[in-house]
Amino acid sequence: MTTPFSSMALVLVGSLIGSVGAIFLKSGAHQVNRRWTSIAFNWRLGAGIATYMASSVLFVKGMSNGELSVLFPLVSVGYVCTLAWSRLFFNEMITKTKLAGVGLILVGIAFLGLGGH
Amino acid sequence: MIPATSEPEVHVADPSKRRLAIFIVLACTLLVAVGQYLIKLGANRLSHAGLLATTIGIFTIPQLFAGYCLYAVFTVMFIYALRHGELSILYPLIALGYVWVTITAVFAFHETMNPLKITGLIVIMCGVGLLGWSGGAASGDGSK
Repeated sequence: MTTPFSSMALVLVGSLIGSVGAIFLKSGAHQVNRRWTSIAFNWRLGAGIATYMASSVLFVKGMSNGELSVLFPLVSVGYVCTLAWSRLFFNEMITKTKLAGVGLILVGIAFLGLGGH
Repeated sequence: MIPATSEPEVHVADPSKRRLAIFIVLACTLLVAVGQYLIKLGANRLSHAGLLATTIGIFTIPQLFAGYCLYAVFTVMFIYALRHGELSILYPLIALGYVWVTITAVFAFHETMNPLKITGLIVIMCGVGLLGWSGGAASGDGSK
C-alpha cells in the first residue's frame, strides 16, 4: 500500500490548522467565568472548536487513503508550530527542556513510523 | 473566576493547578487513542467519499460518531487544562496517545511489535516525561 501525496498534504494541513485551533482554545479558555454566557458567547472557543473540527475532517480524508506509519509523523509537525505560537501569542518561553521534550517526541514518532509496516 | 490580586503577563496558574492540568491531558490521551481507533475504523468506509459525504458520515457512521464524541470530551477537558497550564507544554503531551495506540494495536489486534516500535515508544515517553516534568516543576517565566 502506498500513500498518495494528497493524503500527506491533507494530514499536514490538518495538523497546522489544529495547532492554530489550540491558540483560540487557550485564549478562549481564559475568558470563561461562572456566567454561562462566557461559554455560550465565547467566539474564541467557538473558533477553536470549529478549527479543530475542520482539521479532523481533513484528518479523516487524509487517513482514509494511506499508511498510518507515513501519516502519523506528519501530525507531529503541529507540535513544533505550537512552540512558536505559544511564544508569539502567550509569551511562553521556549526553553531547552521544552525543545528537548518535543524533539524526543518527534524522534519517537519517526521511529514508530519506521517500525510500522 | 474571581481575578487574582495581580494578573501575571504569562497565563500560568499555581504549581498544583499546573500539575493537575498536565495530569488531565495525560489521562485524556487515552480517550483520544480510543477515539482515533474508532475514527480509523469508520474512515475505512469513506475511502472515496467527498468532503460533504465525509462530514455527513461523521453523524451516520457509528464508529466515526463515537470517536468524535470521545474527542468532544477530550476537548472540554483540554480547554479546562489550558486555563491552568502552558500551551507549549500541554499540546505536545497529546503525543502520548501514540503510545496507547501502539500498545492497543499489539495486544488487541495482534499487530507485531518490533525493536523500532519499542524504541519509538520509549523515546516518546521520555519526551512526554521531560515536558511534564518541565511544566510541573518550572514556572513559565522562570526557567531559561
